[in-house]
Amino acid sequence: MPKKQFRVVFKRERCKGCELCKAFCPKKLIEMDTQVNAKGYCPARMTDQTQCIGCQSCALVCPDGAIEIYEEE
Amino acid sequence: MKPVFQYTKGMTEVSTSYCPGCTHGVAHRLIMETLDEMGLLGKTIGVAPIGCSVVAHQFMNVDMCESAHGRAPAVASGIRRVHPDKVVFTYQGDGDLASIGMGEIMHAAARGEKFSTFFINNCIYGMTGGQMAPTTLIGQRSTTCVDGRTREQAGMPLKMCEILSTLDGPAYIERVALCDPANIRKAKKAVRKAFETLLSGKGFTFVEFLSICPTNWGLTPPKAMEWLKENMMPYYPLGVYREPEVQ
Ligand SMILES: Cc1ncc(C[n+]2csc(CCOP(=O)(O)OP(=O)(O)O)c2C)c(N)n1
Ligand code: SF4
Ligand code: SF4
Ligand code: SF4
Ligand SMILES: [Mg+2]
Repeated sequence: MPKKQFRVVFKRERCKGCELCKAFCPKKLIEMDTQVNAKGYCPARMTDQTQCIGCQSCALVCPDGAIEIYEEE
Repeated sequence: MKPVFQYTKGMTEVSTSYCPGCTHGVAHRLIMETLDEMGLLGKTIGVAPIGCSVVAHQFMNVDMCESAHGRAPAVASGIRRVHPDKVVFTYQGDGDLASIGMGEIMHAAARGEKFSTFFINNCIYGMTGGQMAPTTLIGQRSTTCVDGRTREQAGMPLKMCEILSTLDGPAYIERVALCDPANIRKAKKAVRKAFETLLSGKGFTFVEFLSICPTNWGLTPPKAMEWLKENMMPYYPLGVYREPEVQ
């Protein structure tokens, strides 16, 4: 069976740069942008989508509804 | 692409007013996701408190009522009694519920009023700038106990699940923690159980969420999660304090 592929989408303008998703990603796939968003926060972004295991840890801890996860078909 | 996780339509599109990393946002989402999954969004009336979540009605996508400080359980009792077909809940902080509102929560619980209470315990008065709450831990600093709370001066922190479990009225009481993905999953199950027990007509249900206030604790959100685990969890043990009776 081929490995499942996930796509994690960050809503840049909802993000408050709290770094909780980054702290709880077991694969350490999330980093913070150095450019600020309109609110003035450095938003989270994905490094290597292909390594994502779709565990949803990032989305579960996000207090701001800034993360959506999709499975590639 | 198949969606695996999306922001619930139980929340409005408005960006919340909470500080970065504040678990008020997580608690809101769990409650509203559950109501959505149970098909109850159109039947629910929430009661918001005074505290940072005074504005919860802007974010929770159901009918809401605002209440005076600590009075949400009295307001919810009234709403549920005139609308017995509705699902009613209160959402309250620890200052709101365990300090000024202690009388209201105790009597609503004792009467076994038919609503659910979601209690956000972050050991502090968040909104007003970090004063000591009845739940502030021994040794914890706040703007009104700058060297840390002492037993001698302020007594021991109040354990609301334990106190409420001395009453006959509540049908279900559980304490959960919003400190990591596994505990957040468990917290959602508790929210579900609170609404299911309520819908089965057994009476008042109560879920306490151990939460973080990174701003007034002076910690980054990830460090605040660790502080919760190391300091709050030993004093406020997680678990079910009243199991719903099986009929
Ligand atoms: C009658 C009255 N007394 C005092 C206040 C000031 N006040 C506003 S919020 C608050 C405490 C909020 O703390 P908590 O319930 O823990 O909510 P949090 O902000 O921590 O979520 C107080 C004392 C008020 N608004 N009304
Ligand atoms: S779903 Fe899991 S592995 Fe993928 S980015 Fe989120 S936390 Fe990391
Ligand atoms: S948890 Fe949410 S708000 Fe916080 S940094 Fe990650 S995406 Fe942004
Ligand atoms: S002050 Fe504390 S409780 Fe209030 S929004 Fe900020 S982090 Fe949350
Ligand atoms: Mg509080």
